[in-house]
Amino acid sequence: MTPKAAIRAEGERLLQAFVAAGAVAVETDLLQPAETLLDLYGEDIRARAYVTQDPVRGEMMLRPDFTVPVVQAHMAHGAEPARYAYLGEVFRKQDRHSGRASEYLQVGYEVFDRTAPEAADAEVFAIFRDLLQGLSLRPVTGDIGILMAAVRGLETSDRRKSALLRHIWRPRRFRSLLDRFAGRAAMPAARARLLEKLALGTPAQLIDEAGSFVGLRSPAEITERAEALVADAATPPIRATEAALLYDLLSLEAPAAAALTHLRGITPMLPAIAPAVDRFAARLEALATRGIDLTTLAFEASHGRTALEYYDGFVFSFHAEGLPPVASGGRYDALTAVLGAGAFIPAVGGVIRPELVAKLRGLA
Amino acid sequence: MIRIGVPSKGRLMQDCFDWFSARGVTMRRAGADREYSGVIEGIEGVALVLLAAGEIPRELAAGRIHLGITGSDLVHEQLGSQAPEVVELARLGFGQADLIIAVPAVWIDVETVDDLDAAAAGFRAAHGHRLRIATKYHRLVRDFLQAQGVADYQLVDSQGATEGTVKNGTAEAIADITSSGETLRANHLRILSDGLIHSSEAVLWQSPMSDWSLEDRATMDHLAVRLGVWAAV
Repeated sequence: MTPKAAIRAEGERLLQAFVAAGAVAVETDLLQPAETLLDLYGEDIRARAYVTQDPVRGEMMLRPDFTVPVVQAHMAHGAEPARYAYLGEVFRKQDRHSGRASEYLQVGYEVFDRTAPEAADAEVFAIFRDLLQGLSLRPVTGDIGILMAAVRGLETSDRRKSALLRHIWRPRRFRSLLDRFAGRAAMPAARARLLEKLALGTPAQLIDEAGSFVGLRSPAEITERAEALVADAATPPIRATEAALLYDLLSLEAPAAAALTHLRGITPMLPAIAPAVDRFAARLEALATRGIDLTTLAFEASHGRTALEYYDGFVFSFHAEGLPPVASGGRYDALTAVLGAGAFIPAVGGVIRPELVAKLRGLA
Repeated sequence: MIRIGVPSKGRLMQDCFDWFSARGVTMRRAGADREYSGVIEGIEGVALVLLAAGEIPRELAAGRIHLGITGSDLVHEQLGSQAPEVVELARLGFGQADLIIAVPAVWIDVETVDDLDAAAAGFRAAHGHRLRIATKYHRLVRDFLQAQGVADYQLVDSQGATEGTVKNGTAEAIADITSSGETLRANHLRILSDGLIHSSEAVLWQSPMSDWSLEDRATMDHLAVRLGVWAAV
């Protein structure tokens, strides 16, 4: 077992490196209000985070990650641009027999900067690479922004596009929606039955016949969705060529330089991704300037699409055989808008697990 | 001594007593009707422990009882569906009830869990909070909805009269045990066509966590033959 003192020392070393890179070291509370995190991640987070009850403050969570409190602190009284670093415990419930720790240190670095997002992406990635040098880790990168741009550019109804965007971090659900919208999966029998019923009268009549009205969801909301279902049934499937490009994009895995060539190649057929691909190209240039070899850097278009995440642009992680990711991070511009109540600032950052670094260095 | 936990009251207790009685093992409550101690006859080395059905999963997991009878819903909710602390020995054919999701009957646009997910997105946008589902089966419901990729809902705790929460304005939908569906209809609710979360039934469980002495094992072999089950320990 890795001794705690050695792990903490490794964490301190990494924290000081972030501070030397220009970050201000910050602290956050261990107990976080559950409501904010639940609104952000949904009920699914209860399966991962420890929830406790405070008679005065209500439901509280043992800090499952630093990003949310750091963003909140910055939005409340940070000056721009800002770079923050932190070190502390996070708590995650683990599956039985997974052998993974449910309490461990994270040391992190976050950059809030409006001026040059691609340069900030490269700055964060390069610092992580430098700090993890010599550990033989395999870095993997991705870009959720390209996927989101591709979905936004589909020639289909806004309702279908929002359904896909809403589930972009739930790959299975996303896939089944896409299969249906692209006509690759047949309409489920239950939906066909529902449409038959909806054809029997106006929504107002049908609601009336269904019995006493109960609940907060209003007749107007029910009617609106009932009408949208009928309209959706008449919406033609996403064109086969367009759908094929999206399926291709979802499974794109290649060295970064080759991925760019591929994306440039499909951009004329999916013009909506052009600005996102330009940003990708600018990021690669910034990475190259920092000495990163683009012919070997792994790129996976679906990287970072896992539940309980919030990245919406560049994503990265560093892997060692048989261990959880040693480091991970990415860009989360939308999160700052959600937490900022109208305010917004582009943000990118990541965390390292000192325990895994110490283990790999043979220090502990 | 093998300790066997049986629900301490109601229909479930009587059904348990009948099930054992049909296999030559007599169980009854001792003393006055209000006293929660039991007597078991027809087999040596077994003690009857009367417990609230909801406490039996915990007692099995802690190894404080060797065997226990309670609903599969309670075990899966409290210990998870793959819990190694309990082993299912037999489904007993009574205590059947389904854990289901129900929505207002007037939601003419919602037929399936997928529809519920879409309705939740619209509801949150319109009302500024997540769509509330009242239940006391938090883990089972959450696991079910997570597996189906449902978002923008929240579970609110309801320990009783759950069907009334929608009319009372404290939830938009419910997830509850139903054996007939009449209470749902009376409260203007309808089950989603794919909204069956768990089909519950009374089950005889064995706890590998308990202390099984050689003597207990011999007793268990004997009891297993009587009951027509295969002992796991």
